[in-house]
Amino acid sequence: MAGDRIVGIDLGTTNSLIAFMQGETPIVIPGEDGSNLVPSVAALDRENQPVIGNAARKTLISTPGRAVYSVKRLMGRGVEDIQEELSLFPFRLAEDIQPGEVLRIKLGDQTFTPPEISALILRQLKRNAERYFGSPVTKAVITVPAYFNDAQRQATKDAGRIAGLEVLRLVNEPTAASLAYGLDKKQNGIVAVYDFGGGTFDISILKLHDGIFEVVATNGDTHLGGDDIDNLLISIALTDIEGDLGLDLHRKAEVVQAIRKAVIEAKIALSSQPSAKLDIELPSDRRYLREITREQFEQLIQPIIDRTVGPCRQALKDAGLKPEQINEVVLVGGSTRIPKVRALVKELFQREPHIDLNPDEVVALGAAVQANILGGGSEATENMLLLDVTPLSLGIEVAGGVTDKIILRNSTIPASATQHYTTQVDGQANVAIHVLQGERELAKDCRSLARFDLKGIPPMAAGMARIEVKFLIDANGILSVSAREQRSNKEAEIQVQPSYGLTDEQVEGMILDSFDSAEEDFRQRQVIEARNEAGTILTALERGKKNPVWSHLTTQEKKNISKLEKVLNSVKSEDDYQAIRKAIDALNQGTMRLAELMMDSAVSTALKGKNMDEADMGEGPSAPHPVAKAEFE
Amino acid sequence: MSSAIQIPAQSAALQDYFSFFGLPRKLNIDVAGLDKDFYAMSRKLHPDLYANASRQEQVWSLEQSSRLNDAYRTLKDPVKRTQYLLQLEGVELEEQSKAATEQARSSGQVKKQIVPPDLLEEVFELNMQLEELRGLKKMGEDDPALIEEIGRQKLELEEKHDVLLDELRTCWKSWDTLIEREQSGEVISQDSDQRASMRGKMIDVLNRRNYIRNLVRDVNEVLES
Repeated sequence: MAGDRIVGIDLGTTNSLIAFMQGETPIVIPGEDGSNLVPSVAALDRENQPVIGNAARKTLISTPGRAVYSVKRLMGRGVEDIQEELSLFPFRLAEDIQPGEVLRIKLGDQTFTPPEISALILRQLKRNAERYFGSPVTKAVITVPAYFNDAQRQATKDAGRIAGLEVLRLVNEPTAASLAYGLDKKQNGIVAVYDFGGGTFDISILKLHDGIFEVVATNGDTHLGGDDIDNLLISIALTDIEGDLGLDLHRKAEVVQAIRKAVIEAKIALSSQPSAKLDIELPSDRRYLREITREQFEQLIQPIIDRTVGPCRQALKDAGLKPEQINEVVLVGGSTRIPKVRALVKELFQREPHIDLNPDEVVALGAAVQANILGGGSEATENMLLLDVTPLSLGIEVAGGVTDKIILRNSTIPASATQHYTTQVDGQANVAIHVLQGERELAKDCRSLARFDLKGIPPMAAGMARIEVKFLIDANGILSVSAREQRSNKEAEIQVQPSYGLTDEQVEGMILDSFDSAEEDFRQRQVIEARNEAGTILTALERGKKNPVWSHLTTQEKKNISKLEKVLNSVKSEDDYQAIRKAIDALNQGTMRLAELMMDSAVSTALKGKNMDEADMGEGPSAPHPVAKAEFE
Repeated sequence: MSSAIQIPAQSAALQDYFSFFGLPRKLNIDVAGLDKDFYAMSRKLHPDLYANASRQEQVWSLEQSSRLNDAYRTLKDPVKRTQYLLQLEGVELEEQSKAATEQARSSGQVKKQIVPPDLLEEVFELNMQLEELRGLKKMGEDDPALIEEIGRQKLELEEKHDVLLDELRTCWKSWDTLIEREQSGEVISQDSDQRASMRGKMIDVLNRRNYIRNLVRDVNEVLES
């Protein structure tokens, strides 16, 4: 049963979380440091081993060249469409990337594709959950921004596979949030989810009725978030420093990261205080001091937060709704903590938005709810069903470079469309199809998803072949294509060249690499944990032998215990954690009566004012409580 | 959940959208009932219900639920529903428009839509005004009186659009009567002629409606630019 446990993951631009349904309640699983949020930062340590989260954040400040953050911005994108990102973020790309090729990012002297870096983060989350459960985790629901296109979704799914996770479903972040909210409300009505995170913005409008969560329209911007506010503040600080102190620090990565840390702290402080101070140490004992008021801050960020208005209006228009027809507005994402953002939402929808759930955690909680539904459901999720939509129209390029839309945006998924093609010259064996995603009229203005080559068309006169091509968008929002020549009823072979994506073979290769080491990691951790437990029970036994109740045991009982003790002592140094566990269990059983006697005597001594801890042996050798375990180290 | 699913002998692709919902090929449909059936069938067919099922069942669920969504999307919208029915009747609306597009492209001309004769004069006038406003906007200028005039014409067009939808609904009634007669077996010899003329009427209404809708879209584009 434990092997079938499905987790919900929020793979965020700034922070990532993993959650699961504990009974009827979704909960976030904390990391080793006890924190629910794992910063989406990856770094390589001195031995070139990957480090994730808070530990990697330290590397980001000390040796920025060995760390990377906000990699979600690069998922499913090519070198030609991230020029803006490159000017704002310290991404270091490999030099030899061709247009249309998947990106590779330099970390130290190694290179990684964005899905591989995301996979490192996912693997850390997976580990946290495995530590928590004490068993492997292999199945997950991962959330993506609703406005993610096919390539970005595929890249996320690839990341899951590379991390050794079977991705049962990609769920849109705002939709996931609505599931978390809907869990205890269970009411009917129209809900708008305004999701303003670290790097992406989404607006989704849902109709809730009798447990069905039906998305009617969605819109957004996959490159708009708190990151943009940070970058603006950093550039102001750098310009300031250059003007006041004559220091050009744009290329000093360490200083830029220190400034970034300071402006983020100031930004957060300004959500609850009227002003904040920037105090940054600069090279050669200089200092940058500046006070920023909330009013100034709000003026600066106005152009950024105004960019969320257009998508909101479009979503309302697509849903055929007026703002006053929305019953509830839900806020998601860390950037919605900014009072000015809340004011803007209130004005747009003419009502007070909901903030009952932690905006940083609600997406992960919703992912756990969806994971529960996919696992067969429970009392809490009974009757809950999610009907989501595709955020962007799917089209194909026709003569003249025009996009012919075949599945319109906001169509409920799964959705399909069938197109018929024929040949233009006698004996033509191949037909090329260019698939696009976007709302623009011309193919060149839309996102190129893939080029398909239909091959092996039987020789016929021009125009005779009738090739039926079926485009299918699945429940993850990912496209698949199949084709058949109808006269010969022959399945046409399709060759896909994903734009900016990894081929199946590439993903396969990456999986083997990390999967092997993940399995190895998991085994080693099991051995270490089993050894620790063995140590605990053996120490407790030593204490028991010194306890007066020891003499109450029969000779047979004492002989049996010492035999079991010997077995455990001998397997403990070996690498077989299952053998260690077996020996622990056996010793546990054998010392049951001793433990009972100790408890009894402890209770009677406790009455005399003694502490019970020392006698707490019956509990000791069994598995520590998961929560306590998560707080170790 | 893991119990085997009987895959219907008739593949989903062969079934038309009306029969998918167990409906006759009539145009007046109970939309509330359609909604209800859609949700009920979603609760049986959606891929979320087959996450732990066999690969075969998953493929089946994906096919069936995409078919369900496509059918619902088409039937719930009055215009799409009528177009779809005409297509089932052998009218290739899409091909017509595609052929016109292809022809326009190969001749290097802008695709000409056939202007409904009764709109000819009005549309000519409106296009002139739109051209003028486009020019002004390019120069960064404005003309409130012109904008007001265009806005007034837009409202008129929108009214015409609604009138056409009403006309379409009237066609539905006549069409459905023919279908009912056919179902009860009392077919009259003139019925096939009537059917053909009704098809022609609906094609005409749809073409006019599409023309007006495109025109309103153009007006909006210029006004919002």
